[in-house]
Amino acid sequence: MTKGERRQFLTGLAFVSPWVIGFLVFGLYPIAMAAYYSFCNYNVLQDAQFVGLINYQEMIGDDVLWKALYNTMFYAVFSVPLGLIVALMFAVLLNKPIFGQSVFRVMFYVPSIVPLVAIAMIWLWVFNGDVGLLNYVLSLIGIDGPNWLADPAWTKPTLILSAVWTVGGAMVLFLAGLQDVPRSLYESAELDGAGPGRQFWHITVPMVSPVIYFNMIMGIIYSIQEFVKPYVMLPDGGPDRSALFFAVYLYQSAFRDLRMGYASAMAMLMFVLIVLLTWAATKLVQKRIYYEGA
Amino acid sequence: MRYWEKWTGFENDAIQAVVNDFNKSQDRIYVDMMQVSQPDQKLILATAGGNPPDVAGLWSFSVSSFAEKGALTPLNRRIEKAGITEQQYIPALWDLCEHRGMVWGLPSTPATVALHWNRRLFLEAGLDPDKPPTSLEELDRIAEQLTIVEVKRDGEPVRVRFTELTDQEREVKDFDIIQLGFNPHEPGWWKQMWGYWFGADLWDGDRTIRANAPENIEAFEWIAGYTEKYGVKNMLSFGESFGNFSSPQNPFLDERIAMVIQGVWMYNFIEKFSPHLDWAAAPFPSAYPDTLPNVTIVECDVLVIPTGARHPDEAFEFIQYVNSRGPMEKLCLGQRKFSALVDYSDAFIEEHPNPYIEVFIELAKSPNGITTPRTPIWESYEDELIVAADRAYRHIATPEEALGYAQNRAALAMERNLRIWDATAEARMKAWAEQ
Repeated sequence: MTKGERRQFLTGLAFVSPWVIGFLVFGLYPIAMAAYYSFCNYNVLQDAQFVGLINYQEMIGDDVLWKALYNTMFYAVFSVPLGLIVALMFAVLLNKPIFGQSVFRVMFYVPSIVPLVAIAMIWLWVFNGDVGLLNYVLSLIGIDGPNWLADPAWTKPTLILSAVWTVGGAMVLFLAGLQDVPRSLYESAELDGAGPGRQFWHITVPMVSPVIYFNMIMGIIYSIQEFVKPYVMLPDGGPDRSALFFAVYLYQSAFRDLRMGYASAMAMLMFVLIVLLTWAATKLVQKRIYYEGA
Repeated sequence: MRYWEKWTGFENDAIQAVVNDFNKSQDRIYVDMMQVSQPDQKLILATAGGNPPDVAGLWSFSVSSFAEKGALTPLNRRIEKAGITEQQYIPALWDLCEHRGMVWGLPSTPATVALHWNRRLFLEAGLDPDKPPTSLEELDRIAEQLTIVEVKRDGEPVRVRFTELTDQEREVKDFDIIQLGFNPHEPGWWKQMWGYWFGADLWDGDRTIRANAPENIEAFEWIAGYTEKYGVKNMLSFGESFGNFSSPQNPFLDERIAMVIQGVWMYNFIEKFSPHLDWAAAPFPSAYPDTLPNVTIVECDVLVIPTGARHPDEAFEFIQYVNSRGPMEKLCLGQRKFSALVDYSDAFIEEHPNPYIEVFIELAKSPNGITTPRTPIWESYEDELIVAADRAYRHIATPEEALGYAQNRAALAMERNLRIWDATAEARMKAWAEQ
C-alpha cells in the first residue's frame, strides 16, 4: 500500500469506526459472552462457573422448554403466512387509485408504530371473555365467544390474531414492490382475457416475490423471538402454560430464576433454530422468486 | 443515601412521612427515596452492576433467594450492636428475615390474610351475619346457600339459590352463575397455598419439596371440588367478568361474591370503592379446626441493605429508625396494616381505621401463621404450584397428577440449587460471618 492509499484507508476506517466499535461492543461482545455463558452457571451476582454441557443436557429433558418451543412454532407457522397474506391484500387494495387513498394508507400503517406494550394492554381488554369488545361484536351476530385469554385452547389463536394488527411494516414494503410492477403486464393480460384473480396470481405475486421472500424471512425471525405481547397479556404463560413462548420462558429463566447460563443456552438454541428455518425457507422458495433483470 | 421502595398512592405517602421525619431528626444523613416498580428485578441488576441503592424495600419471599445468591448484606453484627432482639418482633416476621442462620433485613410492613364476608348477603340467605363459618366443610355448605344461579325451567329463566336446584339440574349444570358464595381461585393470589389450611407444609424446611404430600393433594381436591360442583365453564365465565382488583368491579366489592380470602389491606379498597359494603373479617377456617385453628399466611415487606451499598452503616441507622415503635406505628397506620413489633401502643389500635385490625394481629401471632416457604427456589416452585392449581381447577388433570408433575419439576430445581449451595456453603458462611 502506498502512503496515500494507506492514508485513505485509515481515514475511511476512522469514519466507519463509530459503527464498528458500536457493533463490537454492543453486538458481537454480548453474543460471544452469551455463547460462553451457555456453558456456565451464572447468576449475575457471582462469577460464572464453567460447567460444560450441563445446561444443554438439561434443556433436552426440560419439558416446559419443549412446550414453549411448540407454542412458539405453532404461533410462527400460523402468524407468518397469515401476516403475509393480509399485508399483501392490504397493499393491493391500497394501491388502487381511490379517493382518500393516502388517508387509508396512514390508517393501516399507524398500528405498526404504536408501542407494543400499549397494543398488548388494549388487546387484553378487546379479548376479555366476558366484557371484551370482540365477544360483544360476536354476540351481536349470535355467536357466544370463548374465553379468549382464559381458555388454554384459545390463547394461541388470540395471539396469532393480534399479530395481524401490526402488518403495517410489511404492507408498506409490499406497496413499494407493487409500484415496480409494469402496468403493461396487466394490460396485456387483460387483453388476453385474464380476470383480476389470475392477474393477481400470475403477475402481481411473481413480480413482488422478492418482497414476499424478504417479509417471510423477517416474519420468521420476529415471530420466533416474540416476547412483548405474550409477556404483557399472559405473563405467566397463560392457563396451563398454553401461551408460554420461548422468549418468555427464556426471560423467566434469566431474570426470575437468575439462571443466566441456562437462558444463554436457550438463546443459542433459538439462534440455531432461526438460522435453520431461514435456510429451509430459502431453499423452499428459491426457485420461485423472480428477480427482474436477473 | 438512596432508598428504593415499591409503594405508590397512600402507601407511598405513609413511608414518605417517615422518611421526612428521619431526615428532619438529624442532619448527618439524608434519605433520598425513589419509587421503583419491580424492585426485586431492578435490585438484582443494580447490585450485579455494582451500583445498588443503600436501602431497598423487598418482599419477604425474595429474601432467601437474594441472600443465597450474595445480593444482600448480613445484618447480624449491626443488629446485635443496636440491641435489637428477636423477641421484639412477631415471631413469624422475624423468621421471614432469617435465612441459613443469618438475618438479612428487618420488617417494614406486615400483613396476614383472613376471611372477609358480606353480611348483607348472609342475611338475605337466611344466615347469621355475625357467625362466620368455623370449618371449611361449613364454608362449603353455606357457600351453596349464598350462590344464586339462573336456570331455565319450562323455557323461562328463573333465579334460584343453588340449594334449590334439583339433582338433575345439578348434574347437568346448565345454568349461569349470578352470585357466588365462594371461589378458591378468587382473588387467586394464594391459590397455590391452600394446602396450609389442610395441614400441608409444602417444604420440609430444609432440602425436600413436599408438593404432592397427601394434605396438599387433599387441598387441591377441595379446589377441584368447586368447579366439579358448579361447573368448570360456569365458574370460568363468571370469573371473566371480574374487573380489575382495584376497581368497583372487584367481585367482592360489587357484591357478586359473598366470601373471599383477603389481606389486611382489603379494608382500604372497600373504603375507597364500596364504602356502603356491610362486611366483616375473621380467621379463614381450616379443614380441621380442632387441630388447626387460626391458619393464615404471614407476609411482610422487608428493608434490606444490598451487597456493595456505599453507606451500609447509615443505611442500617435508617432501618433501625423505621423499626422503632413510633415510626413503625406511623408507617403501618398510614398503610392501614398492623405493626411488626410485639409491643404496640393502645393508641395504635384506637386510631386504626380498620375495624377488624385485631383479627389480623392475632392471626400474625398464631402458631399456625405460616410463611411462604423460605427456600431460594420459591419463585419457580410457586410457578409450578400455580400451574398445578389451575390444572386441578379446570379439570385438565387430577390433583394427584398435577401435583406429581409440580413435585418433579420443583425437586429438580431444588436439587440444582443444593448442588451449588453444597459446593460453596463453607466459603459463603465464612464470608458472611465476617461482614
